[in-house]
Amino acid sequence: MDFDLSEDQRLLKDSVDRLVADQYQFEQRKKYMREPAGYSAAMWDQITEMGLLGLPFEETLGGFGGGSVETAIVMDAFGRGLVLEPYFATVVLGGGLLRRAASASVLGALAPKVAAGKLKLAFGHVERQSRYNLADVSTTARKDGSNYVLDGAKSVVIHGDTADKIFITARLSGERRAAGGIGLFLIDPATAGVTRRGYPTQDGQRAAEIALTNARVSADDLISDNALPVVEHVIDEAIAALCAEAVGAMQSMQDLTLEYLKTRKQFGRAIGSFQVLQHRSVDMLVAVEQARSMALFAAVMAGEQNPIERRKAISAAKVQIGRSAKHVGQEAIQLHGGIGMTNEYAVGHYFKRVTMIDQLYGDADTHLSFLAAHGGLFGKVA
Amino acid sequence: MDLNFTPEEIAFRDEARHFFRTAIPQSIRDKVAEGEGLTRDDMINAQRILNAKGWCTVNWPVEWGGKDWTSVQVYLYQDEMQQANCPTPIAFNVSMVGPVIAQFGSQEIKERFLPATANADIFWCQGFSEPGSGSDLASLRTKAEKKGDKYIVNGQKIWTTLAQYADWIFCLVRTDPTAKAQEGISFLLIDMKTPGITVRPIITIDGGREVNEVFFDNVEVPAENLVGQENKGWDYAKFLLGNERTGIARVGASKAKIARIKELAALEFSGERPLIESPRFQEKLAAVEVELKALEMTQLRVVSDERKLAKGRQNPASSILKLKGSVIQQQLTELLMEVVGPYVMPYQRDFEGNNEPIIGPDYASEAAPMYFNYRKVSIYGGSNEIQRNIIAKAILGL
Repeated sequence: MDFDLSEDQRLLKDSVDRLVADQYQFEQRKKYMREPAGYSAAMWDQITEMGLLGLPFEETLGGFGGGSVETAIVMDAFGRGLVLEPYFATVVLGGGLLRRAASASVLGALAPKVAAGKLKLAFGHVERQSRYNLADVSTTARKDGSNYVLDGAKSVVIHGDTADKIFITARLSGERRAAGGIGLFLIDPATAGVTRRGYPTQDGQRAAEIALTNARVSADDLISDNALPVVEHVIDEAIAALCAEAVGAMQSMQDLTLEYLKTRKQFGRAIGSFQVLQHRSVDMLVAVEQARSMALFAAVMAGEQNPIERRKAISAAKVQIGRSAKHVGQEAIQLHGGIGMTNEYAVGHYFKRVTMIDQLYGDADTHLSFLAAHGGLFGKVA
Repeated sequence: MDLNFTPEEIAFRDEARHFFRTAIPQSIRDKVAEGEGLTRDDMINAQRILNAKGWCTVNWPVEWGGKDWTSVQVYLYQDEMQQANCPTPIAFNVSMVGPVIAQFGSQEIKERFLPATANADIFWCQGFSEPGSGSDLASLRTKAEKKGDKYIVNGQKIWTTLAQYADWIFCLVRTDPTAKAQEGISFLLIDMKTPGITVRPIITIDGGREVNEVFFDNVEVPAENLVGQENKGWDYAKFLLGNERTGIARVGASKAKIARIKELAALEFSGERPLIESPRFQEKLAAVEVELKALEMTQLRVVSDERKLAKGRQNPASSILKLKGSVIQQQLTELLMEVVGPYVMPYQRDFEGNNEPIIGPDYASEAAPMYFNYRKVSIYGGSNEIQRNIIAKAILGL
């Protein structure tokens, strides 16, 4: 057992940490956000040049064969920078689906493009009625000759507005919540009958509503005809990545708050000298460290092949991250006082990001229910 | 990054698991599981079994019976011991006075006390707190005046755990009343049979007798019972209190409690179904399990880091182990009591040694006392508020 990073992992961490420290200061981020795509084209190129877009792919596909720990290293740094570029949508979601569901020929054709920054991906799965039930798909795919015709709508598709291609789940057969019969398509958003409405999200990122009306796609666009197991695994990996991102954001809130307590003076002394504030910052530290521990657990367990064990571990992590982030975020604002409420100051933006992360792919309560219904984490020793 | 244990570590864990579950009598382990108090003999027997295997004083220097184990082995040893509901070796002997004597005592005092301390031939208790000196320990006033080759000790200690069992007490005493609070304190070993010592029980809210008051009235202590140097006792006390970094989280013990809660919740009914099937109950338990898993991972991070950090330096995460570990232990005793239901009510401690049949299920009688008793864990060893003061200063720099 050891928690040390390998040499390669340390190099990766150094380079993403440096990127965020040098080029993702809060004022720089504001500029990136004002670009037409909602993120910086130049930064996207730089992330590409660093090789981060090929992270999950094998070397023969232009990647470097990284796993969930490598993804966590990147996402932790991106959490500290509140990075806006569509890395999560393209690499974690899109790359994960390609890697786990696509045929060797599709993977061989597309992975190098993703790695080279020439193909941005998104994943349209959630629907208006589905909430956090991954099997709840009412969008339909009807076979018509050598085509499929898609009808339905996909909600809050992260970075769906700028993606070059979009993964869409649609029901080939079965009832609305049936586990079987869910197809996974990779479609061109320019297809007739596909409309997308892009918008900013609360945390300064971008998403889109996607409508599919009689949208005719080729049978070649069908990536999987029984996609739920893959979707579940990729979403578990995505949750592990979001946990790491949230820990990065929490660490930044902790740092900012501590700095503020040491410099802000009232009643003639630094407010950090008051015991009530000291104890509250200790409780923030505890929450951050507990979250960091569970983000590591999630990163390690994301590759687990037994789906129930994997999902229990991921759920446990999402519970801890959701609760820690709420505590740390609310306390960070409170301990800053008025300045924490302003849009001009960074801390509130971290708070907004971690709040949105809790709502993605199941909030703390949803995951607690799942874990509880599956017997929890600890049993009798054999 | 690899959270799997090596084959050697797994072999060690399996050996420990087998040993703790076979060598320590079931009757003793059942008492620990149920929260029933152990007798003096139970504690001594268990400790001697460990000591015979060389697994009692693993944290001591090797020449005095310690083990040159990796931090992972120490972790596995503690985790398996706690999960098997084995009594932890008498803390006053093994975690407290032993390491202080081994570190700061003279050769003569080491030879005189360490083997007997390891084998529980001496049962120690700890004389630190006083009525006016709880969290502010350095204000202690029990004084020891040097008269020839003796110290004359006068004063009072309080919250002295298991003083009624103890053969000896290690005390912090004031030897220089003129010095700054921390600089006039010495670390003195006192035979409990010395004339002038009176032990008076304090009954705690669970009805049990764990703690006592100890009074010293002109107690004569040979000067050779001083550990280390006069007036350096505060340094030794800090060493003692900072010694235990990871075991204090009691993750293994909390795992054992969760297993027990699940077992009992399958026997108790909530409406038509066993309580364990109630979603509300399941979620309450799962919420604590998440916190415990996080704490276990935090503890493993600290364990993994210990190899790399220079001696005396601490991973910031280590500071949260007691804070979080104590609260989790308390939450679990609360859940255990809830599982039992109405039969937590009969107070049956007075029935000990009585032949009357037990009232209610046999697992019920200790549930409420254990809940009441466990309020102590966020108070002793530096209350959680003191822990926060320490973390704010040492880790956060506030």
